[in-house]
Amino acid sequence: MAKRQKRFEVLDAREVNQDGFVTEWAEVGLIAMASPSDPKPSVRVQNGVIVEMDGVKREDFDFNDQFIADHAIDASVSEQMMAIPTIEIARKLVDINVSRTEVAKIFSGLTAAKIAGVMDSLNIVEMAMGIQKMRARRTIGNQAHATNLQDNPVLMAADSAEAGFYGFSEIETTVAVFNYGPFNALALLVGGQVGRPGILSQDALEESIELELGMRGLTAYAETVSVYGTEQVFVDGDDTPWSKAFLAGSYASRGIKMRFTSGTGSEVQMAYANGMSMLYLEIRCVMITKGAGVQGLQNGSISCIAVPAGVPGGIRAVLAENLVTTCLDLEVASGNDQTFSHSPIRRTARMMGQFLAGTDFIFSGYSAVPNYDNMFAGSNFDCTDYDDYLVLQRDLKIDGGLRPVSEEDVIKVRNKAAKAMQAVFQQLGLPRITDEEVEAATYAFGSEDMPSRDKVQDTKAAQEMMKRGVTGVDVVVALAKGGFKDVAQSVLDLQKQRVSGDYLHTSAILDQNFNVISAVNDLNDYQGPGTGYRLEGERWKEVQNIRTAITPEDI
Amino acid sequence: MAQISEAMVRDAVAEILRKMGDGGSAPAASSPAGEQSYSTSDMELRETGEAKPGTSRDEVIIAIAPAFGDQLKRRTIIGVPHAAVLREIMAGIEEEGMKARLIRVWHTSDVAFVGKRGAELSGSGVSVAIQSRGTCLIHQKDLSPLQNLELFPQAPVITLETYRNIGRNAARYAKGDSPEPVAQLNDQMARPKYQAIAAVFHIRETEFMDKSRRPVDLEVRFK
Repeated sequence: MAKRQKRFEVLDAREVNQDGFVTEWAEVGLIAMASPSDPKPSVRVQNGVIVEMDGVKREDFDFNDQFIADHAIDASVSEQMMAIPTIEIARKLVDINVSRTEVAKIFSGLTAAKIAGVMDSLNIVEMAMGIQKMRARRTIGNQAHATNLQDNPVLMAADSAEAGFYGFSEIETTVAVFNYGPFNALALLVGGQVGRPGILSQDALEESIELELGMRGLTAYAETVSVYGTEQVFVDGDDTPWSKAFLAGSYASRGIKMRFTSGTGSEVQMAYANGMSMLYLEIRCVMITKGAGVQGLQNGSISCIAVPAGVPGGIRAVLAENLVTTCLDLEVASGNDQTFSHSPIRRTARMMGQFLAGTDFIFSGYSAVPNYDNMFAGSNFDCTDYDDYLVLQRDLKIDGGLRPVSEEDVIKVRNKAAKAMQAVFQQLGLPRITDEEVEAATYAFGSEDMPSRDKVQDTKAAQEMMKRGVTGVDVVVALAKGGFKDVAQSVLDLQKQRVSGDYLHTSAILDQNFNVISAVNDLNDYQGPGTGYRLEGERWKEVQNIRTAITPEDI
Repeated sequence: MAQISEAMVRDAVAEILRKMGDGGSAPAASSPAGEQSYSTSDMELRETGEAKPGTSRDEVIIAIAPAFGDQLKRRTIIGVPHAAVLREIMAGIEEEGMKARLIRVWHTSDVAFVGKRGAELSGSGVSVAIQSRGTCLIHQKDLSPLQNLELFPQAPVITLETYRNIGRNAARYAKGDSPEPVAQLNDQMARPKYQAIAAVFHIRETEFMDKSRRPVDLEVRFK
């Protein structure tokens, strides 16, 4: 065009047009839901064994089929549940007169193709209604990311404390430089407990190191154990459902909470979707998780989010995968954890399904640091969005898991975490943390505000700390000797969870007195108006109390 | 994305000819040509037979994925001509006094496996692997397929200068050095902009894959 229409010039400059969109291409699986190549639902059971599933005979099963048929579907009820018309199951999901237990029972007998059909019968509001009823824990929760570009341990401890103070129930880190892993785990453990006693922390690393940190009591849970919907993608990652189940068992045997991770788009991204829709393949991942006996799943596309987001109906499919996870009676950490759009409007709309319905963890997680410091390649919301998020909670009377905080309190809590970290480093003989660093971490926006540390010395010390066999108990001792008795007590209480094991139950989080809140003692009982979790009383007052609201006395 | 005008191409060709006049011995510090400096037609690839294990210890293999160089649009995900990319990697290798050998891997489009196969065939045991979209890595024959010496996962932010440095580092590994990893840009907004397109790109390349074909040696001629 020689001459441009001025409105189109303005539109072209809008953030949304920085995003990448593609057309559907069903033949290769570049389609969110209902690909023509998705199998038709079917099941046949003989002598208690599934001998045919979604049109495939047992002798033709690939390893995912076999794992799902043998471990994820209740063969004793499967034929009966599969006989219920798809539309009827979809209606039961939104029908307030049908209980969560009844719907979960039906889903225990369904195949992946049947579940895909149910999902495709729902519009997005009905999906959110489904999650409101089907999520396992009655009380909603939220998770944060705390990382930084420099792996600065002092800043990371302060950021973890701030995140805890805002109200997150879980906090996750990863590394910029691999060898910093143990220090990052330590920063979350110490800082997190300063911010809010009972917060659970994890460190996403290579699988064996991650497991070891958990066994040492330096982390409290794990979530980066990925599963895939097609055999080829599993094989490319050098894995099988059985190897993942073994890893899950390793965590359980040491009393460590864990969940799997999967998400729409991963198979097509690897070019092995076999023409099947992203949601159908993701449902298979949810079923593999269920079959492995794992209590929960992180999904909602996760790191492939821009793939479903690039095709028609993709964000609807992402909400559907969260819903399927809840229907299979699993904890859901529901994504919203990766940069996905340049447009603030689109970023907000994308998280509405999970935010309005409420999930076990609405974000998995929310970036508690500026996105430039987010080593998960950025999250959908970051620390600069806190006030927007708090206002959304207040506007809509929704519990999004966070609470308004004051600047004074945040300064206090960041400072305490930085000092506690300084004490722990001193007691454990790790490279010195200076008072200047404590001060900088207290007032920092991000890692650019921190004085630089000797990284060679830090990473060496982090590896030596592992060789010396430092455990969570050593951290307790270090905190106590360093004058942080209350934080020492919290870290000790966290270690005790390993022994009692109560937090291995579905959807478990800890309150600030280290009581377990899970789907066992806090099962979601939503069944329409007047039931389920309601934002009211003291908690509603807390949510209302944002920093910028003017009271009559202010006038 | 900037449009490439005919004038720019003409300027670029003139620039290339000038450089070739220097005997191709551009100093290491010289900045590579800009992204618009080559047209897609300046390269011809010719198969010269099945690729055999190399015996020369000063050879570094550049292993290209099935569609690289002569299929699809012959450009990376951000429109950089494959010819330009290849020239820079080769120049980087040669600057270190090593020889670049070009092969095409047909049986896989996975950059890790392309690199692994290239490294196995490379006389030095080191390879650079590259996909059509521009994703790139440096591999070594003793590593497992999913390991690598250096990985450049974000094709949209790899500049021609980076490609040259990748070639240079691969050559240094081949000589037994331990170079500083090539500096990379990180753009967290590359995902929203390119991930879906990257998926389509990879699928299209995978369509050119031929599981029954062994890697072949290629002769490249820049025009």
